[in-house]
Amino acid sequence: MTELTNDHDIHDDHHHHEAETADRYMFGFWLYVITDCLLFSTLFATYAVMSQSFANGVTPHELFNLKFVAVETALLLLSSFTFGMAMLGANNSNMAKMKLWLMITAVLGLGFLSMELYEFVHFSHEGAIPQTSGYWTAFYSLVATHGIHVTIGLIWMLILSIHFKRDGFSNENRIRLSCLSLFWHFLDIIWICVFSFVYLRGAM
Amino acid sequence: MSSSETGHGGQAHGSVKEYVTGLILSIVLTIIPFYLVMSGVGSDTLTVVAIVVAAVAQVLVQMVFFLHMNGSSEQTWVTTSAIYTIFIVLFILIGSMWIFEHLNHNMLMGH
Repeated sequence: MTELTNDHDIHDDHHHHEAETADRYMFGFWLYVITDCLLFSTLFATYAVMSQSFANGVTPHELFNLKFVAVETALLLLSSFTFGMAMLGANNSNMAKMKLWLMITAVLGLGFLSMELYEFVHFSHEGAIPQTSGYWTAFYSLVATHGIHVTIGLIWMLILSIHFKRDGFSNENRIRLSCLSLFWHFLDIIWICVFSFVYLRGAM
Repeated sequence: MSSSETGHGGQAHGSVKEYVTGLILSIVLTIIPFYLVMSGVGSDTLTVVAIVVAAVAQVLVQMVFFLHMNGSSEQTWVTTSAIYTIFIVLFILIGSMWIFEHLNHNMLMGH
């Protein structure tokens, strides 16, 4: 009985050490994420300051299509959920489940990004380009910065899938997946603020 | 709870139930402001207040159900840095809007 307990302790110690390393990496990445929050807050502040600076150009009220934005929002929210499912797959060391959900997440993310690009092209045809007015400069800075983050997230997913193919569920890969999960959920949280304060408020 | 079961941010272990709850709450908190703006029921003030409340609520929902933040002792530094960040963000946002509103008032409508 004593021997059993000792064995268990040793195993626990090893596990504990790995978990602590993972925690340290995650905290480092968490610090990056909250700095990114500060970056976005300056962009939101600029947007708020510029929210009425149309310079007689086209206004967001004329251009915003809320049905379109609702679909974009649904894609990104669902992708945040499907990433959670991929994390659960990884927690159970279920490679097939993790890969399937990660693939669905990437497809949803790609759908979101395509819609955003389509919207930018559509807006620019209607005369809303960054040079049009202070408002549109702030709009494109904010929304495109979010879009670039999503693009980086998608590239990261691609790279990570190569890592998983090579090394499987190694401790490093688990940490990488956890960091990407945090990043992806963070992007959805930023999008909540974008659709609320940019699109919904702008369409009113 | 051993340290392998909780952790920082997205690293922590969730459950299907937790993610589904987060998803359903997020959908509800998205539909409400969209409905209010698209249908135009309710005054402008009410709609703006509803947008702000729903957004803040949904951010909190996702922090709890997707990022598994719970303010437990294992997450002391995560919680502390999050509160610090929220403070700085509010400082930047409210400060900028406050200063520029006064500036616009003085420059454009002052005479």
